[in-house]
Amino acid sequence: MAQKIDQDVSRFHQILRGKVRQQLRKFMSSSELIGKQGKNLISIPVPHIEIPRFVYGENQSGVGQGEGTPGNPVGEGEGEPKAGDAPGEHLLEVEVSMQELADLLGETLELPKIQPKGDDEFESGGVKYTGIASAGPESLRHVKRTFRRALRRQIMGGTYDPRRPVIIPVKEDRVYRSWSQKKQKKNKAVILYMLDVSGSMGGEQKEIVRLTAFWIDTWIRSQYQGVEVRYIIHDAVAREVDREAFFHTRESGGTIISSAYKLLLNILHEHYDPSQWNIYPFHFSDGDNWSGNDTEECTKLLHEQIMPVSNVFCYGQVESEYGSGQFLRDLEARFKDDERLLMAKIPSRDGIPDAIKVFLGKGK
Amino acid sequence: MKKRPPTHHKQFQTQLGPELAELKKEIQGYAQEYGLDFYDVIFEVLDWKQLHEVAAYGGFPNRYPHWRFGMEYEELMKSYSYGLSKIYEMVINNDPCYAYLLYSNGIVDQKLVMAHVYGHCDFFKNNLYFAHTNRKMMDEMANHRTRIMRYVERYGYEAVESFIDTCLSLDSLIDYHAPTIRRRAQERQDIADDGDSQIHKLRASRPYLEKYVNPAEFLAEERKHLEEEAKKEQQFPENPERDVMLFLAEHAPIERWQRDVLSILREEAYYFAPQGMTKVMNEGWASYWHSKIMTTRALTDAEVIDYADHHSGTMAMSPQRLNPYKIGIELLRDIEDRWNKGKFGKEYEECTDMVKKKNWDLKLGKGREKIFEVRRLYNDVNFIDEFLTPEFCAEHKFFVYSYNVSADQYELASREFEKIKKSLLFQLTNYGRPIMEVVDGNYKNRGELLLRQMHEGVDLRIDWAQSTMENLFKVWQRPVNVQTILDGVPKILTFDGHSHSESRS
Repeated sequence: MAQKIDQDVSRFHQILRGKVRQQLRKFMSSSELIGKQGKNLISIPVPHIEIPRFVYGENQSGVGQGEGTPGNPVGEGEGEPKAGDAPGEHLLEVEVSMQELADLLGETLELPKIQPKGDDEFESGGVKYTGIASAGPESLRHVKRTFRRALRRQIMGGTYDPRRPVIIPVKEDRVYRSWSQKKQKKNKAVILYMLDVSGSMGGEQKEIVRLTAFWIDTWIRSQYQGVEVRYIIHDAVAREVDREAFFHTRESGGTIISSAYKLLLNILHEHYDPSQWNIYPFHFSDGDNWSGNDTEECTKLLHEQIMPVSNVFCYGQVESEYGSGQFLRDLEARFKDDERLLMAKIPSRDGIPDAIKVFLGKGK
Repeated sequence: MKKRPPTHHKQFQTQLGPELAELKKEIQGYAQEYGLDFYDVIFEVLDWKQLHEVAAYGGFPNRYPHWRFGMEYEELMKSYSYGLSKIYEMVINNDPCYAYLLYSNGIVDQKLVMAHVYGHCDFFKNNLYFAHTNRKMMDEMANHRTRIMRYVERYGYEAVESFIDTCLSLDSLIDYHAPTIRRRAQERQDIADDGDSQIHKLRASRPYLEKYVNPAEFLAEERKHLEEEAKKEQQFPENPERDVMLFLAEHAPIERWQRDVLSILREEAYYFAPQGMTKVMNEGWASYWHSKIMTTRALTDAEVIDYADHHSGTMAMSPQRLNPYKIGIELLRDIEDRWNKGKFGKEYEECTDMVKKKNWDLKLGKGREKIFEVRRLYNDVNFIDEFLTPEFCAEHKFFVYSYNVSADQYELASREFEKIKKSLLFQLTNYGRPIMEVVDGNYKNRGELLLRQMHEGVDLRIDWAQSTMENLFKVWQRPVNVQTILDGVPKILTFDGHSHSESRS
């Protein structure tokens, strides 16, 4: 049953969403958010909204009841108020749909809508009763229209008696509802994440990748109806893994980036026809490649095979203690003005929003 | 083919079913037998969503739209569905009283709630501090909604909402005793310029006695007094004004609709104030009576366990939180016992033999009479002040806790009676809020507002004070100053519309 309070509740949610919007950049670098993801909804913790009044300060004394002698602790204090991002005591959670979160993201980072490529596919989205037909099953008979037609016929034929208004429809009067198939556009996309899991990538670097990937997923999923995600990890060799392994595997070997690119191409050839699919490869690494030769090979693969089939190819370089960051410089030297290859440096969590802006800001 | 009937929203039946109606009659009978005196009580049975809706609205089904009701509703719903809390009873001070029952409650609970409700209704009707409350508040609240909706239509939702937010921030700035104490003169006679003629002279029966009856010093004193009065007149406000909301409504340069919204919120604040001032007594009184009625009359044998479970759940105390239900009921029982046995008065107080004192029994039997008197005349502050005894505090293991900065924890500080009493009274005075009053509406002769905190040893929470001052500024539209004490230093806080500053006063 509809309640009066619904209006106030939805207004309250609107206010909370406003708060989320204000602080989205902050949320983007916090891991907390991702843990709370459901299927279509995500709950975002926001500070309790309170109406300020003149009140006494915290940590007052008071009266309690129970056992104990002077000096016994009875409860924890509020603590010294710490400045900065420490969450307040009362947290509210606002539930936002993934679509809405994507909209907020797009708004905050001013992301353009993606122009999909590939053929539009038509697909059935159920049926809708919109039309009228003169034949059909009795269960779909349109009673009102049938009656109207019968009435009209009887009036015209002069058999209608207003004093005894009996209307008897005959076969010709009967009309039936008819349906049409709904058609929907559908564009497919595949996101392929590649991650360098060599020894030099630490926990914090992976966390950055995880956060960045979350926001990329959120945005790309909001732009396409069917999105598939594949995960590739590599050190000196590459292999395809599931999501869980992707973010948690840690190897100690060296790094040969071209191995990942080759595997990527294999997967693309086997499963994803570039004329049907929008292809988004993302590669994250700390920028340390085994050798210049391999880098040479990478650029070749990129230029000749990967970039022509991809919407964009994105390379995100996270900074680690050990990484030299050479790979980014090499790519920059080679592809500086190529719009199909987007590069971003993510020095820390705070760099995530800017990296996403670079990757998704082209609207491709 | 048959046409389907139009779908009705199936309205939930909110009247009492036959079983509950029977129960109501029964419980009401017991309450009357015990001498409780109340307006008619209308019980409504609500499902949990409806009950929480009404609870979020403060008990009234018709309130103006505001997001905080939605927030409240969500919190209640969440806490209920996680099993953290449950609203047992809700009752509205109105004639007739409205009370709400939760549909899914068992019959024992319904009985308990009904008995409790009759206690509250008796208290509403008879306690002195409720004497001035609007007994047609149900209608008044609906009326407030209509007025505010009209402004929403005319000035837009956001404008009205934002002004309500502002006013809510100030709604504790009322004079809690204003309905019972006249603080300002109703009308003022204009004082003529001719000073001497106004000086009050004593009547001398013979002209020659004049200089003895009204000596020069006396006249001088009178003149001085008059001058002071005149000077006071020029002050604005004449006397410090605790009803800050009224002061703003009368003098702030706001639009008419804003003035009306302000006065609506002020009226609601005054309506709810006595409930805040008598929380301990009111809950104590209702609990006393539900316990009395249930255990002596209404309970069947099969219901005793469930009743005991729920009753003790309501009365539970935790180390850091005083349960008003518990203190109230115990203190009332203590009073009843003392007046039954004559444990009061000079002779008892001055008795030093503790054994004799403990076994003191004059068999007066005045307990019941006394507690009825107490429920008529007292509020929480003077209730505690007058009836809290060292024996009571010891028996119930009361203590004072305080905050230990170095350990960041609250610690048990003392079990001394005087300290407990002082701390309790402080918690209850002015609803546990700082007392603020308008001292000057033309501060610095620049139309600025000066409020003064009656500092009782506890400082204001500064960030909230600043936000509240920003809201005051929105209404007063000139700089706002608050005279207070921070860390022992007298300070004046100022908000000039752009930034906050602090200066020594």
